[in-house]
Amino acid sequence: MTEAEFTCASFYGALHDKRLMGTRCKECQAVYLPPRQICLKCQSTEMEWVLMKGEGKLVTFSTIAVGTSSMVAEGYNRYRHYCCGIVELDEGLRVSAHILGIDTQDPSSIEIGTPVTIEFPEGEGKPGVLTFRARQAC
Amino acid sequence: MTRRLNRLAAIVGVGASKFGTFEDKLGRELFADAFLEMMNSIDRGINIKDIEAFYLGTAAPLSFEGQAHLAPIIADQVGLVNRPATRVEGACASGGLALREGIIAIASGLYDIVLVGGVEKMTNLPTSEVTDVLAAFSDTPYESRVGITFPGAYALMATAYRHKYGLTDEQLMAVTIKNHQNGALNPKAQFNCSISDIMISRLAKIKEKGQPVPDWSSEMDFLKDLQANPVIAWPLKLFDCSPITDGAACVLLVAEHLAKSFTETPVYVIGSGQASDYSLHGRKDLTTLDGAKEAAHQAYDMAGVRPEDIRMAEVHDCFTIAEIIATEDLGFFRQGEGGRAAEQGLTARHGTKPVNPSGGLKAKGHPVGASGVAQVVEVWQQMRREAGARQINRDVHLALTHNVGAHGATSVVHIYERR
Repeated sequence: MTEAEFTCASFYGALHDKRLMGTRCKECQAVYLPPRQICLKCQSTEMEWVLMKGEGKLVTFSTIAVGTSSMVAEGYNRYRHYCCGIVELDEGLRVSAHILGIDTQDPSSIEIGTPVTIEFPEGEGKPGVLTFRARQAC
Repeated sequence: MTRRLNRLAAIVGVGASKFGTFEDKLGRELFADAFLEMMNSIDRGINIKDIEAFYLGTAAPLSFEGQAHLAPIIADQVGLVNRPATRVEGACASGGLALREGIIAIASGLYDIVLVGGVEKMTNLPTSEVTDVLAAFSDTPYESRVGITFPGAYALMATAYRHKYGLTDEQLMAVTIKNHQNGALNPKAQFNCSISDIMISRLAKIKEKGQPVPDWSSEMDFLKDLQANPVIAWPLKLFDCSPITDGAACVLLVAEHLAKSFTETPVYVIGSGQASDYSLHGRKDLTTLDGAKEAAHQAYDMAGVRPEDIRMAEVHDCFTIAEIIATEDLGFFRQGEGGRAAEQGLTARHGTKPVNPSGGLKAKGHPVGASGVAQVVEVWQQMRREAGARQINRDVHLALTHNVGAHGATSVVHIYERR
């Protein structure tokens, strides 16, 4: 089977099929997410797709009151904030994501390092938004 | 490797429009205001025919006022047709990049006299649409798509900074209060008023409406009240954010050998640096801008000066956290100490390291493509002791500007000397 092109469209196509995919350089094994066509370390263009486990931890976040129009269309506003964050995956890569499962009305209660797991929001035709949900801390 | 300019550019005139909301003016008309002021500022005058080329920094005129291809239109507006007119774009660093292109054009020997300007007419759009335009300065398919706004991007840095260094709300508020104190002395500023002035006018309105009067005993009290200062992107609140602004600025650059024929007091650009950076998720450390540090290193190296030599700086305070990080990236304070320095007044107009005596982007306003050029206007006025009520009391013979595009994907730093 030939690899899907190493593009944003392929990345979101995989996400739609509930798979978080990065690209790995076949020459030097460096892994990238978002996908890359050219390896930053060795400039090789020999890439392959690699599946991420979809688990990680929150390295930073913000709860947003004045959102992008697509988030406003989702029902978020000055009274119902949404959370964005950067997640460091167990594989060591970082991604920007929409974060669910935390109290957006009390951001000071949200902890850096909170474990998160990828979630695939349902809804046909909805644009893919990379989303993670906080796991209950034990 | 130390990079050198084959010949320096000198600034011999500057101008800025008023910054604010101007319903009945196009961007080009604001630019003409700045241009006329610049022409009048040249001590020994100039014939407009002698201006050989024009570089315009503007970030998103197509989105903001439905006008693409703005450079030739502005050239026409001010009488510079049939010469090169080039638009330069680097989000909110567009103005700083235009300046750098002008400097490089002079250094190359191609031109002797170059106009550099910046403009943005932002207030035609409602805030929700401005939010989308600014969000598109980040990495659209991977950052904006998950809901990261422009304040949101800086909020991600602020949260990381809080976690690493224990940043307090009071340290952020100290930046707001200081920049508004300076803006109160700047007649061109969108917020030509202190936080105290704003608080007093709010109180008057509340009393007039017969509403319950809040218990604000200080500027900090006012800023801590989430009714008065609501969250935009936590931990950043309304008064942590620069406003949406219309405005323009321009400067005239000439080759160094011509400088004294225009004025006895030219300001020479002796250092220039520029660097890009990854999207936020590509960065190892979210409490600093590696691109800004690299741009600063290049500029210091070219100029042969150190951070401690700089007498004042205009830095890119699109958000309060951005000013704190800037003062560290520029080497004024150690990493993690910028917040405390602001709180201790070190960056105040008469502090040891005055930062944003113009009021900064926060109080002066932030017409994104114009800001990088407007910073140069302030530097010129401070260096020539023409800054009026906000004049720094010590002699400013060396100054610096730091202009950032989006969340640091572009940074540009310049160093100036009065000779």
